[in-house]
Amino acid sequence: MSAQQLMRPSAPRRWYADPARLALLALLVSAALCFLLPLYVMSLTSFKSMEEIRNTSLFALPPQLSFAAWQAAWSSACTGVACEGISAGFWNSVLIVIPSTLIAVGLGALNGYALAFWRLRGAGSLFAVLMIGAFLPIQVMMLPLVRLLAPLHLVGTLTGIIIVHVIFSMPVMTLIFRNYYAALPRELFLAARLDGAGFLYAFLRLMLPMSLPMLAVAAIMQATGVWNDYLLGLVFAGREHLPMTVQLNNLVNTTTGTREYNVDMAATLLTALVPLLIYALAGRWFVRGIAAGSLKA
Amino acid sequence: MNTRRIDRGLRRAHLALVPMALVALVCYLGATLWSLRISLSSSRSFPVSDFVGLAQYRRLFSNERWLHSLGNLATYGLLFVAACLVIGWLLAILIEREVRIGGALRLVFLYPYAMSFVATGLVWQWMLNPGLGIQEAVRRWGFSEFRFDWLVDQDHALYTIVIATVWQASGLVMTILLAGMRGIDADIWRAARIDAVPAWRLHLWVIAPMLAAPFATATLLLLTGVAKLYDAVVAMTQGGPGTASEVPTKFIMDHLFGRANIALASAGAAVLVLSALIVMMPLFYARARSNRRNA
Repeated sequence: MSAQQLMRPSAPRRWYADPARLALLALLVSAALCFLLPLYVMSLTSFKSMEEIRNTSLFALPPQLSFAAWQAAWSSACTGVACEGISAGFWNSVLIVIPSTLIAVGLGALNGYALAFWRLRGAGSLFAVLMIGAFLPIQVMMLPLVRLLAPLHLVGTLTGIIIVHVIFSMPVMTLIFRNYYAALPRELFLAARLDGAGFLYAFLRLMLPMSLPMLAVAAIMQATGVWNDYLLGLVFAGREHLPMTVQLNNLVNTTTGTREYNVDMAATLLTALVPLLIYALAGRWFVRGIAAGSLKA
Repeated sequence: MNTRRIDRGLRRAHLALVPMALVALVCYLGATLWSLRISLSSSRSFPVSDFVGLAQYRRLFSNERWLHSLGNLATYGLLFVAACLVIGWLLAILIEREVRIGGALRLVFLYPYAMSFVATGLVWQWMLNPGLGIQEAVRRWGFSEFRFDWLVDQDHALYTIVIATVWQASGLVMTILLAGMRGIDADIWRAARIDAVPAWRLHLWVIAPMLAAPFATATLLLLTGVAKLYDAVVAMTQGGPGTASEVPTKFIMDHLFGRANIALASAGAAVLVLSALIVMMPLFYARARSNRRNA
């Protein structure tokens, strides 16, 4: 027995010898299974035919794998008037997410840098207004924004929906970068200033490279958030650029005639796939994003 | 030379903050004030600038559907926040006790949070489908009397939205609390182990009070979600059956765009904002105080 083990008041027993611990483990594993259940059901249903859905249990494996529902969801299911599947929504969402993410993260970093290192008069109050705004339901600002963007011919355009996404993500993007930069030693910035670095030079050559991890975290947060948005896309994107979530909801909830649950679930999975993939590949960064976004203001 | 450079830097810094100033002053502050102003007018489809006092608010509070939505939101909010906090807390404790297996399972509890409210609502709509969903599956197992038709039941439809969104957001609470637990001094855990304090007593009486700030943060995030609740309702029940699961945000959206009554919608928005601020202010305050104490 090593010294370390001796110091412990009760050396850990093997897990199968301890009923309390066994119960704990069982609880944990069953909770995990419960959380996985919707994903499991969604996948199963998408691989069944309607016939099999009617004749087998919700939890039963499909007698044979059928990809027909996936094909229909992608390219032929009706999303309102048009019956072209949700592939168009997928590409719309891609077109919305990429610029919204780049611009919002870039602006957030710039704001955070200016707030943390350049003590400007009034900047603190502006930031406070922004942070309070983040807690308000978007519906409150919806109509004024429509009235503001309409004369500029931006409602119902790709540019319009991107601007709106940048506006509504600015509080959290600014917050996480402000906190990140505020935690860096101020001497670093002052030394760069003494060496003659200007506002932008210090930002682009010193601060941005130092904040690569935060840039990744922010980009993951923003891309997931924009992809998952429904409300803004519904109001601001216009018929030509409806994002995938809006088309998905149309596909499922406005169908006339018999509902095809397998197609519904395939379309839901297809829409959830992008954020789930981001999560699977970058779960750790995703968790860091939550921690950064919920930091003290 | 040096002062001039500093001046130029300051000018650029000011210039860089112009977008943020525009967003804060025009899109947040200005837009909210404009909505308030509209709520005091008689506008229907288009904004008009007359002044009718609180007439819209009186109409709002004699509107059955609005009162019902407010009541729904209160019920939903209470159940949703309580369930998320309890489940998230229990998960955090379980994972903290079982570091090896819990660490691996941690990501399982958070994945729903990556999904959109629309997708969440649709999955649960399907699972709770009375004809082919869980109810039917359990009946096939031989419990032919089993009933779980909340989705189409006036008295229980709201609870289906609680179930779906709790599934989606509990992992968030778990993540925030786990981060808080990691920040607690290792000596406290060690002391508890040496004194053989039972786990539940340790967590309830020692650890939980030390997690006041993370709990407040989580509650604040959940409450924001409550005030913004819209997508999940639209996807899952469309406010139905009847008006059983109507919520204020949906009332506002319907009156803004469907029923062209923007003054009434703006009055609703003002009431929603005011209630949100009243509920959240104490939490803001508590969080700021506990942060100051820890600083």
